[in-house]
Amino acid sequence: MIDYEKAVTRAVREIRPSGIRKFFDIAAEMDDVISLSIGEPDFVTPWHIREAGIASLERGMTHYTSNAGLIELRQAICDYMRRRFKLQYEEDELIVTVGGSEAIDIAIRTLVGPGDEVLIPEPSFVCYDPITRMAGGRATPIVTRAEDDFRLTAQQLKAAITPGTKLLILPYPNNPTGAVMRREDLEAIADVLRDTDIFVLSDEIYAELTYGARHVSIASIEGMRERTIVVNGFSKAFAMTGWRLGFLAGPRPLVKAMLKVHQFAIMSSPSTSQYAAVEAMTNGDEDVRAMRTDYNRRRKYILEGVRRLGMPCFEPFGAFYIFPSIKDFGMTSDEFCTKLLREQRLAVVPGNAFGQSGEGHIRISYAYSKENLTEALRRLGAFTEKYGK
Amino acid sequence: MDKEKLLKLLEKDGDMTLEEIAEQLGADMRDVAAQIDKYKETGVLLGVHAKVDWEKTKREYVTAMIELKVQPTRGHGFDAIAERLVNYPEIKSLYLMSGGYDIWMLIEGRSLREVAMFVAKKIAPMEGVKSTGTHFVLTKYKDEGITFGGRKADTRRLYSYD
Ligand SMILES: Cc1ncc(COP(=O)(O)O)c(C=O)c1O
Repeated sequence: MIDYEKAVTRAVREIRPSGIRKFFDIAAEMDDVISLSIGEPDFVTPWHIREAGIASLERGMTHYTSNAGLIELRQAICDYMRRRFKLQYEEDELIVTVGGSEAIDIAIRTLVGPGDEVLIPEPSFVCYDPITRMAGGRATPIVTRAEDDFRLTAQQLKAAITPGTKLLILPYPNNPTGAVMRREDLEAIADVLRDTDIFVLSDEIYAELTYGARHVSIASIEGMRERTIVVNGFSKAFAMTGWRLGFLAGPRPLVKAMLKVHQFAIMSSPSTSQYAAVEAMTNGDEDVRAMRTDYNRRRKYILEGVRRLGMPCFEPFGAFYIFPSIKDFGMTSDEFCTKLLREQRLAVVPGNAFGQSGEGHIRISYAYSKENLTEALRRLGAFTEKYGK
Repeated sequence: MDKEKLLKLLEKDGDMTLEEIAEQLGADMRDVAAQIDKYKETGVLLGVHAKVDWEKTKREYVTAMIELKVQPTRGHGFDAIAERLVNYPEIKSLYLMSGGYDIWMLIEGRSLREVAMFVAKKIAPMEGVKSTGTHFVLTKYKDEGITFGGRKADTRRLYSYD
């Protein structure tokens, strides 16, 4: 008998399975479930972008591209980053990746070795910690607080830094809280980092989805470009999750090193997606703007609705999530979400899925139609009526 | 401010708030409001109406496209007959066309018979009308930029936390 358990490396064995599977299983067995759990746009990729992908197939563009990605795509990305975020990169300081996900993976694997410490503000997206561990690094959470609007503060960062700290993950606009970092917040973070050897992995996958002020990249702050890897992509902004395309940009020597990892893991990102992405980068600004306006309507609607039910909720200015507090219910977020699903057929994500610090909150995605949100608020209302204080 | 874009935005979604329009245009909200007022005064903005998908209601109705060949009148061309036709509330759209016929119009009625009778009794006998051709609409897929048939089913996963 082969012991498959033993065959798996310790690092992989120790990745804790997510407790989330159970919600899927419950939901899958019920009829008429409304799910506000998914972190991807409900929009279909704009037609002209899909058409560009189709056209590339019709022309027979079905080969590998260069490892770093199509040169015309990288040029288009450079223009885009300059235009949208005042970021200056050259084509060879950029890799087109399989989603922001791969960008995060190769950036961490390139920078983090055994014993290196990675600081991860939480609550946040779930991949940074396991990737760090698989690379042999140590993942140290920094718990951000509702009273700080879930921003990372300079004091918290300063207190967390140790001699072994190699990398800071900067996950803003944030999934799951919707928090954003303003220029002054980033200035303060930059002041802490400038005289250290710490690098920054800035996950800006939601950069296009901010409401009110425009997203500011830490790489655009004085002295930070040379120590920052910017991760961005097409999934959220252009409603292109299934195309699996993203990119990273950073200082040339680091990107060169990351290209080695990318080259052996991926060869090159999907060609059809890259051709479609050229169209997104060149002619997609208007689509993004229209989708943002739509998300913003829903954001205001769901935020107001949830607050009207008496649930405290910090106003998020980014991404497409709200992160209300459930502290008045005397339940863990897991209990709350299980009961809500079983009794009201409404599926949302327990805050602790995004780190222990997310306990006491639930994540509601508003990447859903207005009708869905309305019905969800009705069900949530029935639930809070029954269990609220 | 991109004025053409302002009008296009309003044409697409008359429900947008000033704030949303200003955001989309990258313009000041007061400037947008002033421009909209100006367009209303000068008749550039003729009104805001809702797009209804009547197929989803119980209303019985049919739509027909009618082609007309007409005899233009001296001095007035096609305007004289067009000015008479616009008065009929049954006629929803009316265009002067190039090509195989002269006037194209869209008519709504409660039944095929009602529309046919309207054409036979009111339009065909009208002075200057040489011939009519009636085409009934079977399905409306898209109208004035809006796609009908409702939202596509949500094909995303049922539950996830990414
Ligand atoms: C914060 C964050 N970063 C990165 C990703 C990865 O997105 P993708 O690989 O589709 O670009 C996600 C997806 O949910 C995310 O929420």
